[in-house]
Amino acid sequence: MLKPRLIPVLLFKNGVLVRSQHFDFFQSTGDPIGQVERFTQWKADELIYLDISRDDIYNAQGTMQNIGSTTSGKDTGAAASHNFIEVIQAVAKKCFVPLTVGGKIRTIDDIRVRLKSGADKVSINSAALENPAFITEAARVFGSQCIVVSIDVRKSVDGWEVYSHNGERATGRQVVAWAVEAAERGAGEILLGSIDRDGAGDGYDTELVSAVAHAVSVPVIALGGVGTFEHFVKGLHAGASAVAAANIFHFTEQSIINAKRYLQQSGVVVRL
Amino acid sequence: MERRIGILNYGLGNLSSISHALTSLGIFHEILTSPDALTRVSHIILPGVGSFREGMTGLERAGFIEPLRQAVAVEKKPLLGICLGMQLLADVGLEHGEHAGLSFLSGRVERIPTEVHKLPLPHIGWNSVHFSEGKRILKGLTQDTDFYFVHSYHFISDDKEVIAGVTEYGIQIAAVVEKGNIFGAQFHPEKSGEEGLKILKNFSEVV
Repeated sequence: MLKPRLIPVLLFKNGVLVRSQHFDFFQSTGDPIGQVERFTQWKADELIYLDISRDDIYNAQGTMQNIGSTTSGKDTGAAASHNFIEVIQAVAKKCFVPLTVGGKIRTIDDIRVRLKSGADKVSINSAALENPAFITEAARVFGSQCIVVSIDVRKSVDGWEVYSHNGERATGRQVVAWAVEAAERGAGEILLGSIDRDGAGDGYDTELVSAVAHAVSVPVIALGGVGTFEHFVKGLHAGASAVAAANIFHFTEQSIINAKRYLQQSGVVVRL
Repeated sequence: MERRIGILNYGLGNLSSISHALTSLGIFHEILTSPDALTRVSHIILPGVGSFREGMTGLERAGFIEPLRQAVAVEKKPLLGICLGMQLLADVGLEHGEHAGLSFLSGRVERIPTEVHKLPLPHIGWNSVHFSEGKRILKGLTQDTDFYFVHSYHFISDDKEVIAGVTEYGIQIAAVVEKGNIFGAQFHPEKSGEEGLKILKNFSEVV
């Protein structure tokens, strides 16, 4: 039987991995390449690697100072002075589970470069909102199986509004309509993130997950808000095909295998 | 001939993933961009992501079809088709019209019927594979191991003996095929963790 997927999300910001809260508080969590090996050894079903840098400076030392990292001057190795694509190339060599790469993807060529660097799928967000035909074109060229449309939303009075540009810009679009359009245009999966829940640790917005998962026929990956392993179970019960999280997997050895054991004990059959 | 795996580059599929997996296993390999190169390899991997038609068009455009027939059907070099690469081994594909395949295996490729069970399509994720006994490609693997799938079409074999492993997604789906020197995996062994790597290793050891 098909197993629901448990997916760690790695957030890459200007040369280092970070954790985030409500999309605007960042704390460094370390080496952008070394983490990957640790995650795949602990049976992550897939990895999502997102570049959330807001400019093109990839300098670990500088970033740590800028964001007031609590991490000391730990050697980030080759990654420190390298750009995101080079990090992906290094990550791909160690990653024997599917790798989705997102962030700053604007053109067909951006997708090609990432796939060529070892990504199995790409996640597109702002560019799709600005030009929905980009999804159609990307799916036509590369196939739906490698096009993930990432949707970031905030709860509003009349539902959930979609935001672009790392959660900075309101688009006026409602989440369900946009998810349906993205799937119709050829998205193979929807990565559904709640900005309100990001880093809050009080669980997925399960109403949001349920609304989108029941409206589209493609798999929905829930993201944002996991603080305990029980939240994964709730996300799956709400209709997600896969449950993703970032912060809960940082700083904790064996957190993925422990999360899976928890899911198994809760009656969810996972890959162990 | 010295063991040397050739990965066919015909414009489709994530070749670097397969290459990284073989590198991690210490298996000598190269990416083949010209049909002549088929003569210098002992084993062939046919990767592929995309539609059936694009796959066949890509092979044709690169001039691979006849040299591949020679290497596989005449010289009996072991061939492993992965994902779309496995589907292309069939007689015919019914994705966006009807298209002739390589006809290394008798059967056809159709869309997975998911309407009855209301299952999402593509079939994406880790699904358990139940193995038939005595298959070389599955040597040393644990029964009902999970592998990573991503596809919307599936291979329907005319010959049940060819099916080496099946998975369930509403219906039973051919996950692994094996017939003489011809092998195929509908899932991605290069992206299925340690167990997936074992399949690539087994393939490299077929003589």
